[in-house]
Amino acid sequence: MRRKWLTALLSVVVLAGVAGVAGCSGGGSDGAVSLSLGIWDKAQQPATQKLVDAFEKQHPKIHVKIQLTPWEQYWTKLQTAATGGSAPDAFWMNGPNFQLYAGNGVIAPLDKRIADDGLDTSVYPKALTDLYSYDAKPYALPKDFDTIGLWYNKELFDKAGVDYPDSSWTWKDVQAAAAKLTDPKKGVFGIAAPEIGQQNFYNTIFQAGGYVVSPDGRKSGFADPATIDGLKFWVDLIKSGSSPSYQQMVDTAPADLFQTGKVAMHYDGSWMAATFDKNTAVRDKIGVTVLPKGPKARASVIHGVGYAMYAKGKHQNETWQLIKFLGSERAATMLASSGTVIPAYQNTQQAWVDSMPRFHLKAFIDELAYAVPLPVSRNTAAWNADQDKVLGTVWTGKTSLADGARDLNDKVQAALDKENKD
Amino acid sequence: MGHLATQREVSGRHPAPRRGTQARRRPRGNGQTWWAWLFIGPTVAGLAVFYAWPAIRTLYFSFTEWGPFGGSTWVGGANYVKLATDPDLLRALGNTFVYTAVVLLGIPIAIVVAALLNQNIRGVGVYRTLYFLPVVTMPAAIALVWRMLYNGDYGIINYFLGLIGVHGASWLNDPRTALLAVAVVGIWASIGYNVVIFTAGLKSIPAEIYDAASIDGAGRIRQFRHVTLPLLTPSIFFVSVLTVITTFQVFDLIYIMVPKSSPGLPATRSIVYLFYEAGFVENQRGYAAAVAFVLLAIILVLTVIQFRLQRRWVHYE
Repeated sequence: MRRKWLTALLSVVVLAGVAGVAGCSGGGSDGAVSLSLGIWDKAQQPATQKLVDAFEKQHPKIHVKIQLTPWEQYWTKLQTAATGGSAPDAFWMNGPNFQLYAGNGVIAPLDKRIADDGLDTSVYPKALTDLYSYDAKPYALPKDFDTIGLWYNKELFDKAGVDYPDSSWTWKDVQAAAAKLTDPKKGVFGIAAPEIGQQNFYNTIFQAGGYVVSPDGRKSGFADPATIDGLKFWVDLIKSGSSPSYQQMVDTAPADLFQTGKVAMHYDGSWMAATFDKNTAVRDKIGVTVLPKGPKARASVIHGVGYAMYAKGKHQNETWQLIKFLGSERAATMLASSGTVIPAYQNTQQAWVDSMPRFHLKAFIDELAYAVPLPVSRNTAAWNADQDKVLGTVWTGKTSLADGARDLNDKVQAALDKENKD
Repeated sequence: MGHLATQREVSGRHPAPRRGTQARRRPRGNGQTWWAWLFIGPTVAGLAVFYAWPAIRTLYFSFTEWGPFGGSTWVGGANYVKLATDPDLLRALGNTFVYTAVVLLGIPIAIVVAALLNQNIRGVGVYRTLYFLPVVTMPAAIALVWRMLYNGDYGIINYFLGLIGVHGASWLNDPRTALLAVAVVGIWASIGYNVVIFTAGLKSIPAEIYDAASIDGAGRIRQFRHVTLPLLTPSIFFVSVLTVITTFQVFDLIYIMVPKSSPGLPATRSIVYLFYEAGFVENQRGYAAAVAFVLLAIILVLTVIQFRLQRRWVHYE
């Protein structure tokens, strides 16, 4: 019975959807054009609406409607819409999905439009323009970026009599401090060492001189001894008891452990600043600095969202106007003052740094000098899944790091071979 | 899909268990057939459009490799060959069978609860409501709350265990306990619905039979064993068929309760979860379609077996 109702309901929804599409597609009689802009972050909707309002003021004949889809459904919905030929005219793109969309011709190359309008893309961090290039052509304008910092709990540092971390810190300092800060009786750990790429082991892999996937997306880096060193850093922290166990961190997210004072050091992204800043219980007890230096280099993973254009959109000229505006200095400045994300446009980041003065947010901007793009390929999700499956067993101690790395290397290489064959 | 027909047949039979199968009428003259078609037409059309056609398409896609944005190429039986050699499928099959077996244990519990709620006790309506609450609660909400209860460090279950000196596991993230932990929630969430079915079954047992039994000297327990249980078998059959069909498709509880990075996931990954991963995470839609079809085949076979076996133990009065 329930199913029948559902069916009836669905058919109504589908009909309404069809009617809606029919209603808004194409331009109005006065030459006005309606565009849609797909985004996933509710927290950024107000700021995005402001940008859209400013754009509509400049272009009275273009109307823009924001389509908010929660992150959990965003990619599934976008993929389905793109398959059916009805994706939004412009939408947020991220690194792991970018090559999938560019490689399948779902989003349009922007090289000609950028050249025709004489746009200078060197105003964005190079790591980001590289991230959004496919076959040497740009496919998206960078919107924002994020880097990873070392967040720490000053109160726990004071109690243990350890100096606060700063830019001079190396891996050894982290290990020594983590051991000192750990207090099993109180259930306090020196550091959280979860099995997470972007915030944790990708950074240390790069700091050790290793790589995850070669820049051409053809070779897995998990056989490289330097890559394995980068993984070992975290596995050792769990083994020595300086970090909660893998299972504990699956049960309770490391960011929650950090915010409840159970963990003294925590590697996390610049995007967490807004969350920490709202947490009145801990915000005055915590600080942040750049990631400690590794045996070979300084490094922080950089990632950022880009604005991409749907290749089958009906109004691509107008969509380009929208994307050009969203990628402009004016839009970046407006975005920065909202305090949600770091705008990608050069020299517009100060407003973001100033928006939360209690944290040393400049650390995240300083890291631009040595930031490494988030490793991605044509079908990132496939080998990311392997990575979680295999490394999970290494993090629990069920598999040795050497065996796990060998197994993972085979799997990632197989996934890369497959996507390059297609 | 395929299981819908069986579901309808069972539920059609259930409210009037006393009527034997042979009592069903056959359609007579042509004029009446026409009217019959007119009335069932919308349902048949809905089934054809929303169930039969997608099922046929799924079968077709299971023989193709389906690109992330459409465009399929015929690969013959390659997906099925891959399935036969996929260790994950074997594991998922095992997990799903164990899960189903454990949740089936909830049926005796539901019978006992229904029998108790069938007494003349004060506030029976309140109890019935309480037992039915999980059924009308969103599975996602249920799963989230249970996930908190099961938390190894801060969960209330381990808190109470700690009071008696037991150090509880990280229930959902320990491969040894994860599947059982999810199945317990599966039972908890399904009891309410089953109790309603059993209560209806109990109400349809004529009081005269109990009178006769007590005149013959049967006590409460004997009455339950020799009157209640046999006459409840049609309801039990209905519930067990439905339970097998739904538990074989378990996904939401696992998806929400067991995090993707949990060591408990390999021990809980069900067939539908495997389907989800293949189709929506790894972009192997053709392979996912093959998984879906294997699942359909298994459910079909299990349901047929249950219908065959019912002759041995189900009593239609």
